[in-house]
This record gives sequence, C-alpha cells and structure tokens, in this order.
Amino acid sequence: MEKIVNQKAWLLVLPVFVLVAFSAIIPLMTVVNYSVQDTFGNNQFFWNGVGWYKDLLDPSTELGGRFFASLWRNLLFSAAVLAIEIPLGILVALSMPREGWRVAACLIILALPLLIPWNVVGTIWQIFGRSDIGLLGYTLNLFGLNYNYVANPLDAWLTIIAMDVWHWTSLVALLCYAGLKSIPEAYYQAAHIDGASRWAVFTAIQLPKMKRVLLIAFLLRFMDSFMIYTEPFVVTGGGPGNSTTFLSIELVKLALGQFDLGKAAAMSIVYNLIVLIVCWVFYTVMTNVGTERRPETGGV
Amino acid sequence: MQQIPGRHIILTLFLIFLLLPIYWLINMSFKTNTEIISTMTLWPNRPTLDNYRIIFTDPSWYSGYINSLTYVVINTILSISFALPAAYAFSRYRFLGDKHLFFWLLSNRMAPPAVFALPFFNLYSAINLFDTPWAVALAHCLFNIPLAVWILEGFISSVPREIDETAFLDGYSFPRFFLKVLMPLIASGVGVAAFFCFMFSWVELLLARTLTSVNAKPIAATMTRTVSAAGMDWGLLAAAGVLTILPGALVIWFVRNYIARGFALGRV
Repeated sequence: MEKIVNQKAWLLVLPVFVLVAFSAIIPLMTVVNYSVQDTFGNNQFFWNGVGWYKDLLDPSTELGGRFFASLWRNLLFSAAVLAIEIPLGILVALSMPREGWRVAACLIILALPLLIPWNVVGTIWQIFGRSDIGLLGYTLNLFGLNYNYVANPLDAWLTIIAMDVWHWTSLVALLCYAGLKSIPEAYYQAAHIDGASRWAVFTAIQLPKMKRVLLIAFLLRFMDSFMIYTEPFVVTGGGPGNSTTFLSIELVKLALGQFDLGKAAAMSIVYNLIVLIVCWVFYTVMTNVGTERRPETGGV
Repeated sequence: MQQIPGRHIILTLFLIFLLLPIYWLINMSFKTNTEIISTMTLWPNRPTLDNYRIIFTDPSWYSGYINSLTYVVINTILSISFALPAAYAFSRYRFLGDKHLFFWLLSNRMAPPAVFALPFFNLYSAINLFDTPWAVALAHCLFNIPLAVWILEGFISSVPREIDETAFLDGYSFPRFFLKVLMPLIASGVGVAAFFCFMFSWVELLLARTLTSVNAKPIAATMTRTVSAAGMDWGLLAAAGVLTILPGALVIWFVRNYIARGFALGRV
C-alpha cells in the first residue's frame, strides 16, 4: 500500500512523542549528567569527564572487571536460552493440534507463564528447586544427584536457564504458531502432490513463512534475556558468589545498592548503547524482510 | 497445517513441564507451614484456606493487589488512547522523520528498565508523583506505548485505505471516522494491544518497586514481607503467588481467539 506524504500526521504522533520523551529523554539526560561527574556525598558533584568510561571499558580496573564479567555472563546466558527456546518453540508450534477446543486449551496453557509477575516466576522456581520442599530439587536428590542451586554455581545456572525456558518458550511457540496458521492449505496439497518429504515441507514451506515471526521472536528473546533482572534476582540473588550476576543485577547493585552514581550512570550508557545497536540491526532487518514479503502474504 | 510425528508426546510433555511448577505452587498454598517443612506430599494432606484468609483479611496484603491493578489499568488506558492516533499516522502517512521516530519508539521498548530505575526515582520525586499509582503507570508507558503503537499499526495496516477514503467522502469528520468506522474494524487489535499493555505492566517489578514506598506498594513488593525473623512463611508466599496468576489467566480467557496473532504483533 502506497503511503501519502502528509506532514500533518505529526499532530497525531505528537502526544505519544511528548509522553515517551518525558519518560525517556529526561531520565537519560540525568544519567548522562551523572556519568561525567563524581561525588563525595553531600550532593556535591565534581566534573570527572570521561573518567568513569575509561574505567568501565578497561577490564583491569575494578569497575571494568565487574562490567565485563557480567557482560560475558549475560551474553552466555542469552546464547543458552536462545539455543534452547527457538528450536523448542518451533517444535511445540508444529505439534499444536489442528482445531477444536484443544487449540484454545493449549493456547491458554502456553500463555499462562507469560502473565505471571516476574518475581512470582522467581518464587515458583525458588520453591520448585529447593531440595527440602520443592518437587524438582527433592526428586533430583532422591535419585542421588547432589543438586543445590544455592551453593553450586552450575546448578544455579541450570535452574535459571530452566526457569527462562519455562517462562519464555511459549512466546516463541505462539509466534511460530501464528506464522504457521497463515500458510494456505493449498501449499500443503501442492507439496503432497509433488511427493515432498516432511523435512522438505518444513524447510521449503514452513520455515520461510515463519522467517518474519522468528525474527521477532529471536530479537525479543535476545533483548529480554539481555536485560533480565527480577527472576534470577529472586532465585539466586546473583549468587552463589557472583556466578549469576547479570548486567542489570550488577547495575542495580551499583546504583541503588552502593549509590555509586557516576559508575552506574556510565555503565547505564554503555549498556543502553549495546541495546540500541542490536535494536537498530533488528529494525533494519525487520523492515527489509517486511518489504520483501508483504505483497505476497497480502495482509493477515 | 502439516503435522509432525510424535506431536502428541512432545506437546503433552511440554504442557506438563509448564504446569508442574504452577501445580506445586497451588499445592503449597493449601498447606500449613508445618506440613510444608515436615513432609513431602504431592497434594495437601489436610487442605487449609488459612493462607488465603490472611491475604483477604489483612489490608496490608490485599491493598497490594488493589495498588497493582490500579496502576495497570491506568497504564493500559493511557497507552491505548495515546497509541491509537499515532499508530494510524504511522500506518497511513509518510512524514518527516517517521522512520526514525518509529525506531526511537521501538528502542524504548528494548531499553533495560535497570537503566531507568534511578533517574525515574529522581524525576517522579521532583514532580511529587513518587509513591502514587500514576508514577508507575507513567513509567510503564515507556515500554507499553511503543508496543501498543507497533501492534495497532499492524492491525490498522490490514484495513484497506479505501474505507477511510469512502468515509471521508461521505462527510465523516476525522474524530467521527476514527470512533465510528475504524474502531469497530480494529476492535480485536485494540483488545490484543490492551492485553499486552496489561501483561507487561502487571509482570514488571523493578520500576514498580523503585517508584513506590508505602501507599502505592505493588503486590509483588508486598510478597517480600513473608521473609521474617521466624523464617520463610512458604504457605503464605505460595498463596500470594497463586493470586497473582489469576488476573492474567482471566485476561487470557478473554483474548484467547486473538492471542496467536497478537503475539505476532499483528503482523504475520
């Protein structure tokens, strides 16, 4: 559909612009302001230039060491959950029932974890994994596995990854299901006549049709796992030691725990820049895929 | 849709995996603390409603739910009513900086809330909104408005523009066209967008907790009270958790037919 050039459309966008600018630009400017200053308490601030940034980007300093450690941890975590959730989500979407009440039932159960407050998700897994009162921890220990997510870093990681898979795989599955639903039955009939194998149907029909939604799923999951805070915080509090301290947890510790405003602000800016770059790549790819596929899919 | 082998097993196993932790929470919410700690049972031996009774009779507990629902509803109404005209503009017109603006909105959806926690605290304290539902509702607009614009733009774009043109030829003014013609056509889209605003505002804790202290304290923050000197009150914590799942489950029921398309953000 060809869009008309009309500058008056700005009037329709203006309210959103003002409201979001209020919640985004003013706070961001505050952060920038903090990031170039140092304070010795008493609300007295001193110009510090790019000092904090230098520290932050140099892994040999205390601040830089903490930043890079939590950054790598967070990237590893994001990679792990993406590697599990994307294939599993596709598999679940392909397994969805064809029609009838069972579809509605499955959709509702799938959506359920997505609507649980994040701290409650943490609470659920905190309880579920405990070896004394939780079903999972108790069962694992019953089989002789020495599972304890409070003391053992590996167990803590596995618990948090399992929790994230539990929490978010549904999102991928629902997105893929929506993509699959938009494939006309005629495609399958044609494939059947051609004698295409199931694998061929998947790679030649279903996967290309899911490309767009998979892209949304991939980037939403990357972003959200990259800024995860509440769930691991409730389950492990970032421990044992620092083994599950991700970027957001480190940042909140710095800002609201130690009140190291300058360091926290510099970290915020760099953190935000990383997100912005990934987001830009996402947006560019998205809009290109959009112009490629739109005419062919025709709406819905 | 083409089916895959073993699909019943895969789906059943996955659904069990999803439901088991929730079942465990429900199970614990009907137990007394002595039973939780002393025995390991798959269902409550002596089911009790005590945990729920405490929540429904103690104002410091149930006010948490009221506070949370208040800011969630304010946020949903704000987000949808601001996002609707903007989504229409992005869907129908090209204007100076439209692509950049859309990207900027989107980037706010992706911004880590941890970055905004401290400056929001300063900002809302400065304008005397700290510890009110409005502070949380406005703060959540940061990620909900972009999301609502994105979803609604997808739904509006699937309405043919001929409909707009016919309406304007028939002498409809813009506001009247919007309310009488367009809104009924994208009603399901509005429902889905509202669902998502509700969802993301309901599940967020970091900002909600930072921007409130006593009067507008959300239920999620109240739940940390169960840690006391006498140890964890697991039964009460579980009951409070179960009650936070219910509003979400109710909302899903209403949008169940649109949920798949909604998660694809209106653009499959």
